Amino acid sequence: MVERTRGLDIACHVLLILGGLLVCLPIWFAFVVGSHTTADVLTLPPPWLPGDRFFENAATAWQKGNLGRLFVNSFVVAVGIAGGKIAVSLLSAFAIAYFRFRWRMVAFWLIFVSLMLPVEVRILPTYEAVANVALPLQWLAGLAGLSVALDWNMMNSYGGLILPLIASATATFLFRQFFLTVPEELCEAARIDGAGALRFFRSILLPLSVPNMVALAIILFLYGWNQYLWPLLFTTDKSMATAVIGLKSLIPQSDSEPAWNIAMNAALLVMLPPVAVVMVLQRWLVKGLVDAGK
Amino acid sequence: MQGSTSVSALGARHASGASSSAAAEREPGARKGARAAGGTAGLKRAHYREARLPLLLLLPQLLVLLLFFFIPAIRALAQAFVLTDPFGNSVQFVWFDNFRALLTSPEYQSSVWVTIWFTLAQNAITLAIAMVLAFATDRVVRARGLYRSVILLPYAIAPVIAGILWAFLFNPSVGPIAFLLKGMGIAWDPIRSGFDAFLLVTFAASWKHICYDYIFLVAALLAVPPSLVEAAAVDGAGPLLRFFRIGLPMISPTIFFLLAMNFVYGFFETFAIIDAVTKGGPGGATMILVYKVYLDGFVHIDLGSSAAQSVLMMIFALVLTMVQFRYVERNVNYDV
Repeated sequence: MVERTRGLDIACHVLLILGGLLVCLPIWFAFVVGSHTTADVLTLPPPWLPGDRFFENAATAWQKGNLGRLFVNSFVVAVGIAGGKIAVSLLSAFAIAYFRFRWRMVAFWLIFVSLMLPVEVRILPTYEAVANVALPLQWLAGLAGLSVALDWNMMNSYGGLILPLIASATATFLFRQFFLTVPEELCEAARIDGAGALRFFRSILLPLSVPNMVALAIILFLYGWNQYLWPLLFTTDKSMATAVIGLKSLIPQSDSEPAWNIAMNAALLVMLPPVAVVMVLQRWLVKGLVDAGK
Repeated sequence: MQGSTSVSALGARHASGASSSAAAEREPGARKGARAAGGTAGLKRAHYREARLPLLLLLPQLLVLLLFFFIPAIRALAQAFVLTDPFGNSVQFVWFDNFRALLTSPEYQSSVWVTIWFTLAQNAITLAIAMVLAFATDRVVRARGLYRSVILLPYAIAPVIAGILWAFLFNPSVGPIAFLLKGMGIAWDPIRSGFDAFLLVTFAASWKHICYDYIFLVAALLAVPPSLVEAAAVDGAGPLLRFFRIGLPMISPTIFFLLAMNFVYGFFETFAIIDAVTKGGPGGATMILVYKVYLDGFVHIDLGSSAAQSVLMMIFALVLTMVQFRYVERNVNYDV
């Protein structure tokens, strides 16, 4: 710092501590409530300090919410979305940055337009699309005067949870921008050495992209794990739900037993994997976020 | 590490802002065949000329987009102009009737206002707190990493969980904060009072999003050239004056960007918070537009109206993206 300002420095620390407390407050109370019995939670005043039933509650929550199965689902979906998005975007970005071909700008704009319409604004039609992926084929067949009894339902499947979320304009642009900063000489040298486009991609571009891929993978893992709307709509079968959706069924409604201790314990369990990822890989997360934000 | 973060941030921003045209200008060779079909904007100087391979590479992304993006969007557009009965037996083309019904319905108008107030309040709270914290982080030396880790935490937490955590804190029968409020003689009941429910979801949404704005503001403040700050200090400007006269103007593009991102977040991603905490109630006090699309489409099965709402929201999202783009372009002029 440029000069000594004791008062201001202390004020800054106080502000940051207050900010930290604001962040921790809800998490702290989730922990407190999650470690008491249901009866304790209902007493007045509410408990402010943790009790000794945390692990028992965790076991109950794990069983009641079928969290073992749901965690597997969440994990598959999160990894699938992250891996899929990265793979698909890498290929697209490579094609757009390194090839000169006829529909290049058209492809670029098609991908770009998808940035403008978030999932939430086209809920219903996309739902129909997943309920029957063959629908467009039926249309075509109908135009040709044929009636085809095609029905490809992706509800309650990993495919239905993952595929519709795999296209990513943001990731494509991130990789495209990165490719634009790669020295031209690398590609020229590879060509002189007789490497084809795919060989150049695999042996040079891919290794260079690893830092970007890792940073992006973290963000996309969090995005996949925390998905709400898609799994809510596409999983009518309880055993195909994700952890976040399963958590919702544990929240006490007005007419049920107010087992807030179990619900809050489950909330902590469900947020644990993404929180661990953020804690351990924080540097990468910050890099990825700031890069992806353009 | 922080230094490298900000540098890469700037690099990425400039690359995107300069977008295709500037990149092409820097490489004179790339301009030669600009008239050829396909264009060369944003193309590497050393590139391949193949017709089939790039299309194959693009195929997965375009296929997913076609199936789950373009066809659904077009269907939404088509559906917005027809009247379908809930069983899908009869379809009638009604021109703009769905839109007319929508725009004159008091529920939709109230939902628009709720959304506006919700996003504005959320934007103001989030940016203000993030700004104060970023300013403080920029000043402190000790424990900086620790503060950052803690403030970053909510980024990992799903919006629905954020909603549940806050719903518990303010639950009138079991919540500790609701208990405190009652002790202070404040009547608090988000289940019956629309205003209380509105405050609750606004807090939850802001709490979840502060970390996002904070990361960007910290990175932007780090990128302010120290020479400027030092020159101002030599001229006798104190830390606060420097922040308002140098830091703030220098990071204004980031603030515009965050404003746009906060709107996107408030409009679309807060769906889960509403669904978990209030379900749009009481009496529509927290019925934001996204939630209404969902409710009308899946619960009330009013397909035409839901589609018309989708179309209006698409138009709105389009405008937001344009605004975002203007920001990106303006950002290039800043010679940081």
